[in-house]
Amino acid sequence: MHIVVCVKQVPDWDIPPASFKVDEGAKKVVPPPGVAPVPSQFDAIAVEAAMRIKDAGGETKVTIMSLGAATARDVIKHGLAMGGDEGVLLVDDAFNDLDSTGTATVLSAAIKKLGDVDLVLTGRQAVDWDLGVTGTLIAEMLGTPVVTFAKSVTVAGASVTVERVLPDSYETVESSLPAVVTVSNELGEPRYPKLQQIMAAAKKQVNIWGAGDVGVDAGALAPRLTLEKLFVPLVDTKVEIMEGDTPEDQAMALARRLQEAKLI
Amino acid sequence: MANGVLILAEVADGEVVAITNELIGAAQRLNAGPVSAMLIGSGVEAAAAKITGVEKTYVVDNAALAQYTTDGFSLATAAVARKADPAVVLLGQTNIGRDLGPALAYKLGTAVAMDTIALEMQGGKLHTTRPAYGGAARAVNSFAGTPAVATVRPKSQDAAAGGSAGAVEKVDVDLSGIRTKVIDRKVATSEGVRLEDAEVVVSGGRGLGGPEGFEGITELAHLLGGAVGASRAVADLGWRPVSEQVGLTGKVVSPTLYIAVAISGASQHMAGCSGSKNIVAINKDADANIFKASRFGIVGDYKTVLPAFIAAVKKVKAEG
Ligand SMILES: Cc1cc2nc3c(=O)[nH]c(=O)nc-3n(C[C@H](O)[C@H](O)[C@H](O)COP(=O)(O)OP(=O)(O)OC[C@H]3O[C@@H](n4cnc5c(N)ncnc54)[C@H](O)[C@@H]3O)c2cc1C
Ligand SMILES: Nc1ncnc2c1ncn2[C@@H]1O[C@H](COP(=O)(O)O)[C@@H](O)[C@H]1O
Repeated sequence: MHIVVCVKQVPDWDIPPASFKVDEGAKKVVPPPGVAPVPSQFDAIAVEAAMRIKDAGGETKVTIMSLGAATARDVIKHGLAMGGDEGVLLVDDAFNDLDSTGTATVLSAAIKKLGDVDLVLTGRQAVDWDLGVTGTLIAEMLGTPVVTFAKSVTVAGASVTVERVLPDSYETVESSLPAVVTVSNELGEPRYPKLQQIMAAAKKQVNIWGAGDVGVDAGALAPRLTLEKLFVPLVDTKVEIMEGDTPEDQAMALARRLQEAKLI
Repeated sequence: MANGVLILAEVADGEVVAITNELIGAAQRLNAGPVSAMLIGSGVEAAAAKITGVEKTYVVDNAALAQYTTDGFSLATAAVARKADPAVVLLGQTNIGRDLGPALAYKLGTAVAMDTIALEMQGGKLHTTRPAYGGAARAVNSFAGTPAVATVRPKSQDAAAGGSAGAVEKVDVDLSGIRTKVIDRKVATSEGVRLEDAEVVVSGGRGLGGPEGFEGITELAHLLGGAVGASRAVADLGWRPVSEQVGLTGKVVSPTLYIAVAISGASQHMAGCSGSKNIVAINKDADANIFKASRFGIVGDYKTVLPAFIAAVKKVKAEG
């Protein structure tokens, strides 16, 4: 069993809302100084899903794959510290500012190059653009089925069983392998690598591949979706804080204001 | 020449659901040619007569589509889209649309803009606006090819005003390529008002300290005829079911009154409730982000404020 987990490096989302800044000219987010990028939240959970399959027994190899800047090596190392076996870092000037189709084109080409992949795991959406399309696009390009929003992923023989989380229901879906599964937070917290594992990860192999290595022509990466504008929306509500010496006074003031506004 | 707008209708128990009319409304306002609908499923054909404000409704009615699968619905919708040759395809950002969007767009050789909240034609091309970065930013996208495919956030668009049903055209699609099987489906049951439709929502966050903190939340929601919501922190901790989660990866609500108790107001939470007409926050931290989006607030410990507020609401209501 060979599992590939796609992990994207994204700006840390856990910052005070006031320090979120956009450069409208460059159409880019400007991370606050000194805040390092991190593995996208759901992608670390996808690594956890792979490790649970590995823990369940059977010979399982887990490859952590990331497309991005050279710094994306850090998120691969994190996946390796969680228990991944090998890394693939996809970096090339031709990979800068790809849209989702371009990203999936490169990721699927790299997965094909690995050759023997049974299961591809991705996050349900990357914690930057919140799209949730890359996993499905990879599946389309590989010609495999896709199952989205997994809260559990179990493999038996040549099939995978996925419990999907939907806003109003749970669904259990069975698919043949190879397949792509996108993972949601309901799967649970990703394991925390121990110091020893972090040290072991430093010695694990990370292959660095560019466009030529995966056989992708820059022309095939032309964007289908263009970012015209990026901005921070204005929120112009002014809050009226209820005054009062006791919680009872504050609460009564609120109830009266809501009644005046015909809200209760 | 690609022309017009094709929307994916959704029906439940034979009735058209709200997102369908919102998509038709959005499609009409684009003024980009005739609006048509596609209706996909098993035993759905009769509902075509209830889809109004469109020139045509394409129906793929097939037993293999009784359950939603990515394969089944993307094959069916792609076949219809090839036949209709629209300039724009709109889906809801629903259970179906958020899974289907990328698969359909890829099959049509184009791209999808997910979870859009505003749509506009500029020089004959669709421009979409969507939240990004957990709701902290807005991104405007255009498309290099046709058709432009977008999923549209529920409640972000005014519904179409009705009108007459379109001509029905049945489309046969080869669905032998379905590779996944739904082997079980459990629907989360909730009593009372549906969270998405409630006029009042009372939501609780991690600051409640435990599931028992929701007793007051539930009491207040009942008192106001509303529904209970929760932050993701609460759903992740298992204090409340995921079906009550409000936010980017939960439900989008837009009630007249949204009361957030012990919720910090992270952008990903606000992504699900910022469409509320009035937000009221109860939080012990005066600097909590939730106050920045609120109309009214109380700075204080919910343990004392919430019971006092419930008593005050009862009193005010009794006075009439
Ligand atoms: C990609 C992504 C998607 C996400 N999707 C969602 C989503 O859909 N929905 C969502 O909600 N979150 C989502 N999140 C998580 C979000 O970022 C926050 O972590 C989460 O909303 C925090 O929940 P909370 O406000 O309940 O908890 P906290 O942030 O811990 O806030 C608790 C609040 O309670 C207050 N408090 C504590 N004790 C008391 C007391 N006794 N009385 C009054 N106030 C008190 C505190 O001052 C604090 O403001 C997502 C995150 C990511 C990265
Ligand atoms: N540059 C990337 N490198 C590795 N994985 C990626 C990359 N971009 C997207 N993915 C994967 O695809 C998932 C969905 O991303 P998105 O479609 O951008 O929301 C992410 O959670 C990742 O698992």
